[in-house]
Parts: sequence; structure tokens; C-alpha cells
Amino acid sequence: MDDLDDVVQEFLIESYENLDQLERDLVILEESPNEPEVIARIFRTIHTIKGTCGFLGYSKLEALTHVGENLLSRIRDGAIQLDGAIATALLKTVDAVREMLANIEHVGEEGDGDYSALVAELTRLLEPGASEEAEAQASEPAAQASEPVVEVEPRSAGVSEAAPVAATIESDFEQAIEEAAAQAPVAAPSAPPTETKVPEAAAVVDSEEAFSSESRSGSTAVADSSIRVHVDLLDKLMNLVGELVLARNQILQFADEVDNQALQATTQRLNLVTTELQEGVMRTRMQPIGTVWSKLPRVVRDLARTCRKQVRLEMEGKETGLDRTLIEAIKDPLTHLVRNCVDHGIERPDDRRAAGKDPVGVLQLRAYHEGGQVNIEIADDGAGISPEKLKQRALDRGLLSAEQLSRMGERQLLNLIFLPGFSTAEQVTNVSGRGVGMDVVKTNIERIGGTVDLHSAPGKGTTFKVKIPLTLAIIPALIVRCGGERYAIPQVSLLELVRLEGEQVRSGIERIQSAPVYRLRGQLLPLVYLNQELGIESPTDGQDEICNIVVLQADDRQFGLVVDGVQDTEEIVVKPLGKQLKAASAFAGATIMGDGRVALILDVLGLAQQARVISEAQARDLSEVLESESSERGDRQTLLLVDVNQRPFAIPLSKVARLEELPATALESVGTYDVIQYRGDIMPVAHLGAVVNHPNIGSGGGDRDVMHVVVYSQNGRNVGVAVDTIRDIVDEHVDLRPVGRRNGVLGSTVVQGRVVELIDLDAVVSTVSSHIFEDSLPMAAGA
Amino acid sequence: MHETHQICTFHLGDLFFGVEVEKVQEVLRYQQMTPVPIVSKVVRGLINLRGQIVTAIDLRRRFLLPDADEGQLPMNVVVRTGDGPVSLLVDEIGDVMEVDDDCIESPPATLRDVTRELVSSVYKLEGKLLLILDIDRAINTVGGESRHHATVN
Repeated sequence: MDDLDDVVQEFLIESYENLDQLERDLVILEESPNEPEVIARIFRTIHTIKGTCGFLGYSKLEALTHVGENLLSRIRDGAIQLDGAIATALLKTVDAVREMLANIEHVGEEGDGDYSALVAELTRLLEPGASEEAEAQASEPAAQASEPVVEVEPRSAGVSEAAPVAATIESDFEQAIEEAAAQAPVAAPSAPPTETKVPEAAAVVDSEEAFSSESRSGSTAVADSSIRVHVDLLDKLMNLVGELVLARNQILQFADEVDNQALQATTQRLNLVTTELQEGVMRTRMQPIGTVWSKLPRVVRDLARTCRKQVRLEMEGKETGLDRTLIEAIKDPLTHLVRNCVDHGIERPDDRRAAGKDPVGVLQLRAYHEGGQVNIEIADDGAGISPEKLKQRALDRGLLSAEQLSRMGERQLLNLIFLPGFSTAEQVTNVSGRGVGMDVVKTNIERIGGTVDLHSAPGKGTTFKVKIPLTLAIIPALIVRCGGERYAIPQVSLLELVRLEGEQVRSGIERIQSAPVYRLRGQLLPLVYLNQELGIESPTDGQDEICNIVVLQADDRQFGLVVDGVQDTEEIVVKPLGKQLKAASAFAGATIMGDGRVALILDVLGLAQQARVISEAQARDLSEVLESESSERGDRQTLLLVDVNQRPFAIPLSKVARLEELPATALESVGTYDVIQYRGDIMPVAHLGAVVNHPNIGSGGGDRDVMHVVVYSQNGRNVGVAVDTIRDIVDEHVDLRPVGRRNGVLGSTVVQGRVVELIDLDAVVSTVSSHIFEDSLPMAAGA
Repeated sequence: MHETHQICTFHLGDLFFGVEVEKVQEVLRYQQMTPVPIVSKVVRGLINLRGQIVTAIDLRRRFLLPDADEGQLPMNVVVRTGDGPVSLLVDEIGDVMEVDDDCIESPPATLRDVTRELVSSVYKLEGKLLLILDIDRAINTVGGESRHHATVN
């Protein structure tokens, strides 16, 4: 059975299932013959079996199902009415099919059973009125109630082959009848021979069902070897295993602290079993990628015809498994990439001939596991992508400037096709222009923690490499510390760890303007300080002794994340965050650590975007590019330097009307906002710390006696911005970097050797003023 | 026949609040929390509720009340929402009270902005007022902020 062809195996499983359903349907149909839906379902089942066995070369099976199908089609068309005799014949067909399937399963052949009598009967029943005749024969007194089927069979067939058929079926039916007698003691013995078709049919059905259950337990090992399980159950199992993994982690930690041999040994065992269980449950959710690919030949064929191209699709690694949630998620991106290759990649046959290539283009799909990831390659042997053409296109579309483009390497140029609003198709066909661009493909793949990369050789072809994780539920992660908390970094993004000590810290980290960089084997690695990105106080602030750099990969850029400390790698269970936290793109989720506490999982891509590590180089987003463009120009500005919670902020002085020092008691509340009586008016006050979301800052400056208020004027109205201290006013060259940009903060710049955050005063003020102005203006107008 | 409701009550400063008892999944003592940087400070942190990660909303901060004293640890009222359980941090848990629909009233217009927004109704009890919390609004920290942005633009 092991060497059974996959196709046959699937055919058997599917057919057994279908037959079970079909039997039930036949019974329903007999009760209420006018259910077109049921008839259609029966018809489809038989038709499917017929089609498949014809394809697989089982001619006997095909012949039998063919007549059965004919009979069903007449019933479906209403040419004949289903009655007991027909139902019997059809049920017998089911049995015969079952028998042959069993033979196929065990011996690989249909077996030598002779079904010509059944075929003949089915053929005869095709004629309207034929069944009454059979009915009449069947109800002859000779028929014994306990052997209804065997009796009906030879008589109604009325041909010479009757005997062997009866013999073949009889042996099976002896068991069936015993069962029937046991299961249906009323129906079987009490059915008098002269009764009409109803009780007889009941007896038949009973014995049939008994037979089918008998045969199922005896011979349908294939069907038994796989069961259908509801996905919800698998998901629940997965969750439970996740919990178990956490408990295991906790116990592992606990066992380390306790010196107990027995506990150690048990923990070891628990560890092993849990790991295996986790793998096992994960496998239950795995599906071969072939389930997605199976739709592609048709897509390619249709598309090739529309584009008047010739394409041969080759697939390798169909059986590569990945989690079912991922299967769903990659379906669309893959289809789009394949379409793209056919539409844009492979040339017309004439062009191919002219280029000395086979007129038939080859589109190759490859899938394989590598390093805990699934790699999928989509390669065509078409014209390839010309970087120059992409350059021109980007210029024409005004996506990037010539200067920006001239700085780009070939790989970066190729990646331009993932820019929103970028399409290289010479003409918009019905294939492209569906509103799904390559940028969406990239986004969708990245959403599931995958990457897509592109290689192209002009004239030789293009290859898309998609890498996705095996599963999203449990991932290996590196645990780092920052500001007293732990954070998990998915291992997929991790490249290496660098630890600098003493002199290395001082000499190793250099600055290009305000941006810190580290030379990693001659390459400049931009550094991102996690505590700054997260806006948290870190004990190593200002400490130059040790620097832990976690080298990460986001998109195709590398950057170094500076953290307070590096702990272990651990398998973590990814749990989603509530919707209150969805907006924080720096976090991918949360997990529960060995000690039961929650740790946040960093979203490396989101973090990189927030820190603007990738946007500048890669120009993912037009607006980002333009922003960084304008910020590069820089100019001199007069800045007011203030401190909030010992952190420096700068406010453009041009926006400031006055600086005031007021007693803290002057602060009063109106509605949601704090206000101050100021120059005979009520002035709303925004707390800078609260607006820029700096933690550890209370909403009021309650514990101070004196508060500093920066007064801002707009249309004759004053708004105050409360800060801790006012430090200085400087005239500085502002080279604004988008580092730390968020609501209320334009970005960062270096002032007097310190990085300060530049406040977007309009944004800060609007958090209080828009509301209050709105509320008060109508009143003012009325007064 | 008057309809009565069971209300799980709690204290927040000198205010007396309640939520429908059916919406309360459980009430817990202070739980260790993992702070979430960057996001709104109304989100005090994440707690581990038997393997489920639950966001803890600081109701004091949500109602723009001053933070409680250092030593005073908040209690958790874990409520069911469409987005899974969310924990509301309160000063102290009160009794479950049976209240009569008769003494229900809509919140008076003189309440402070945020209070009016987050209180769906008021029960007049003997000697005190019971404010019924609009849970969906109370836990919607994102919506509150984005609305401000909307008015700016």
C-alpha cells in the first residue's frame, strides 16, 4: 500500500467518503424522490468517480459507474422516477464500486468480480416502466425477507450471468444479512414477501448499511488512516501546546535553580516530549504548498493564451509543507508573481526565436525548506528586467529624482518595482492594472514575516525569491533587555551580536552628523538605540563601558540595535496585542516569559521604519523620501531649548509669543483640559511631556511650585505649553533627522553636541486648542 | 415590576463606578504589568492572565485623574469586550449591587467632558451616585487620540 500512487490514494479516500454520503443520499432520495439537489449530488459523486477511474485506467469500474451515471442522469432529467428497484440497483452499484475500490487498495487492481449482470440491470432500468416489472418480480412469494437483495438481483436482471454475480455478492451479503438481522430485527424478518416496496427497501437499506460498515472496518485502511478534523480543533490544540511550551520554559528555569536529580531528569523528559508534541501538532496544521500551486497551471495557461505566449510551467517541491494560515496568506502574492512573470517576464515566441531561445518560455516554481523557513522561487527565462528601464520609469513617474537614482546600486534599482505606483508594463493589459501592484505583494509577504527578493539578468530571466516562516505561532527569538524590561526579537531578523567594551565603545561608534554608525567589517552599520526609539530611560545612558549591538536585517538593510543587555534565545509563543496597541508599529505582539511575565516582541521592520533606517536608502514611500529630501537641505533657526523630564527638546522660537513663569497653583481645569487665567483670558495649557508621549511624566506638573509655560499665539488666542525648565535660546544649523518622529515631534537634530527632539508646536497646541476654540468660538460669536 | 440589574461596583478616587456584572469576566488583585513604551500612557501595561495577554487600562489616567499614590496598588476588573478581555485598573473593588431601573438617569450635562463621554448612565442610590461606565469608550484609547487629530486636520 505504501507504493500506491498518491493520486490513487487520494482517489480512494475521496471515493470512500463520497460513497458514504451517496448511500445516505440515495436513502433520502427514495423517501422523497423530488429533491433535485440530492439527485444532483449523487450524480456528481458518481460522475467524479467515473471520471477519475477512467483517467486512472480502471475500465471495469468506469463501465459500471458509466451506466449508473446514465441512469442517474435520466432520473435527474425526470425521464424516469426513482423507486425501490432503481434505488436497490444503485445501492448495489455503490457496493460494487466499493468492492472494486477495496481490491484496488489491496491488490492494486479492480479484481475479477463480474458486474455485467448489474450493468445489464442498470441498462434495463434506463427504460421507463422497467422498474415496475422488476418490482413485480421482486415481490414474488419466493423471495425471502431476509434475502431481499439476492433475490431481486438475479430475477430482475433476468440474464444468464445472474448466477456468478449472485455468488460474488452473496458471500458478502451473508455477513450483511446477519448484521441486518441483528440490527433490524423488526424490518428483516417481518417483511412478508408479498409486501410492497417500502418495507423491502427498508430491509435492503439496513443490510446495505450493515454491509458498508462491515466493509469499512474490514478493508478501508486508507480511509481509516486519515480523518478529517475541524480546523478550530487544531487551532485550539496549537494554543494549548503554546501554553505547554510556556509552562515547560517556566519549569526549565525553575529546575535550574533547584538541586534535585529527579526533578532534573523529569524536566529533561518533559522538555523532549513537549518539543516533539509541538512539532507534531505543528505538522497537523501543515499543508503542502501544492494546494496553492494546483491552481497555477490554469492561471498560466489562460494568461499565456491571452498574451499570445507559450509557457511551460515546471514545479518542484510541491510537497513542501507550511502552516495552513500561511498557505492562505501566500496564495494571492504567489499568484500575482506568477502572473507577473508570464505577463511581463516571458517574451512572445517571435521575440524569443529572434533572441535565439526556445519559443516556449519556462516558468519554474521551486519550494524547499531551509533554515526553518520555506523558500519559494518563481523563475522565468524571459527578457529579464533592465535596471535602466526601471530608472527611466521612476523618473517619468516622478517617484525619485535623478540624483537619488544615480546613487542606487543595481539591486536597489531592481527593488524599485516594489514601489507603490510603479509598473513597468508597456501597456496596461487586463492582467496588470488590476489594482494589485508589486508593492502589495511585498507588503503581504512581509506581513507574515516573509521577505521577497528579486534577481534578474537581462536576456536570461528573472527570479523572485520568497522566504516565509514555517509557522507564525511559535518562533525562536532572542531576548534582550532595555530599561529594565525584556523584549523578544524574532530570530529570523537576527544576523549577529556584537559586544563592544571599554575603549572599543568610545572609538568604535562614530557619528555622521547626528547619526551613530559602527564599522562592522568595513561596512557602515547604522545604529539605532532601542531606549531612544521606545522613549524609555535606560540605566546605561551615558555609560560608555559596554555596548551590545544586535545586528538585524530589515528588508535588505542591516542595522544595529543597541540594547542594555542580551539574554538567551528562546522559543516564544506569539500572542496578539489588543487593539489599543495596534498603532504601535514597533511591536509585533507579546509573549509570556518563563517567569510568567509578559514581554513585548519587537517588530524589526516596524522599528526600522520608525527609526528611518530603511526608508532613506530604499525609498519605500514617496512621502518619506520627500521629507528626508527637504530635511537634508537644513537651515539656520533660532531654537528655544527646554527640558521635560531631563530630556532636551527644541521649539522653533519663531512660533513662540512669550515665556512665562507661573505658580503651579495657577493651573485649573476646564473640561478635559488644564487652563490658566492669563491676561484676563482663559488660556488652555498643553503638557509637552504628555503630548509627545514621554512616559514617567504626569499630566500635571503637580510636584513643582513653579511652572514654565511657553505661550503660543494664534489668531489672537493664546495657548500655553508647559515644560519643566527653559534652558537656552540658540541659533543653530538645523539638520533635521526623522529619528523619533511622532505626533508632536518633527524629528531630531544636534544642538550643542546633544541630540534634541524638535517640537512640532502646531501639533502640540492643536491637541488642546482645536477643541477649546471650537467649543468657545460659537459662543463668542453669539455674545 | 421593575427591571433590576446587577452591577459590579468599584471606586476611582472619590467617584463610585459600576459595570454590568455580565460584562465582568473576573476581578483580580494587583498584577505585575509589563509597560508598553510609545503608546498612550492610559495603557498601563500588559498582564498575563493565565496565558492570555491582557491590556490594562488605567482608568485614573483615562478619566484624567491624578495618579494614585506610589504604595496604592490598583485592582483589576477584567471585562469582556469584542476584542477579547481588557483589564480596567481601579482603586478598589466594591460590592455587586442590585439596582432598580427606576433610579436610572442619563449623566448630567455638567459633568466634565471626559466623564460625560465615558459614563453611559447614572443610578441615584441612597446617599451616593453610581456612574455606569461605558466600557467600549473607556477602553478605546486609540479612538480618542485619533479624533483629536481629525479635528486638527
